[in-house]
Amino acid sequence: MIVRLAETPFDPGAMLSAFTRDRSETGAVATFTGIARAEQGATTVLELEAYPGFTEAEIGRIADQARERFGLHDLAILHRVGKIGPGEPIVFVATAAGHRRAAFEACDFLMDYLKSKAPFWKKEHGPDGERWIEPTPQDHADRERWT
Amino acid sequence: MARVLLFGPLRDLAGWRERDVDAASISALRALLAGEDADLGVALSGKGVQIAVDQAIVRGEVALSAGSEVAFLPPMSGG
Repeated sequence: MIVRLAETPFDPGAMLSAFTRDRSETGAVATFTGIARAEQGATTVLELEAYPGFTEAEIGRIADQARERFGLHDLAILHRVGKIGPGEPIVFVATAAGHRRAAFEACDFLMDYLKSKAPFWKKEHGPDGERWIEPTPQDHADRERWT
Repeated sequence: MARVLLFGPLRDLAGWRERDVDAASISALRALLAGEDADLGVALSGKGVQIAVDQAIVRGEVALSAGSEVAFLPPMSGG
């Protein structure tokens, strides 16, 4: 299992290749890659702050829950921190399971958690200044689906 | 002395990210910070602000020892 914060851009394709290598009993790998949006020029830089140590530990706790709940063989979560430009990947989640349903659902579950419960703080910088982003009511509703 | 850490909008509001504060409990720490900066005091008690002591979430009153790390965590948003 990999839970890691990255301070520099990463290649989701390389992550997927490494994650799928050397598996003989895993029938399904699902992935999600989140990408910073430009919002028609309104966002020039997205800045993500974490609490080093605490953030990885909290994500690790939910990752353990996902492994148990969906019977995963493995998972990987890579999350950017620092300044991120439009088009750059912010987050990569991969889940490995015996069959596709568990892999898809676990990936969905992990992303719903990351959007509104993982210890990150996100600020948008743009031509009109900067603003902190909080989870939307939809983000909270998405997470509630799993309780 | 407790080490206090502020994250996200709390850090921007206060104008600092971390500092050492002489306080023996969470309530004493809150009172001290609010006495110096009333706006920060209100924000630290704001909706959805959680507190972690030594990287574990706590609720209510907690005693602090020398070297405790107290983090104020406003609503979180990743992905």
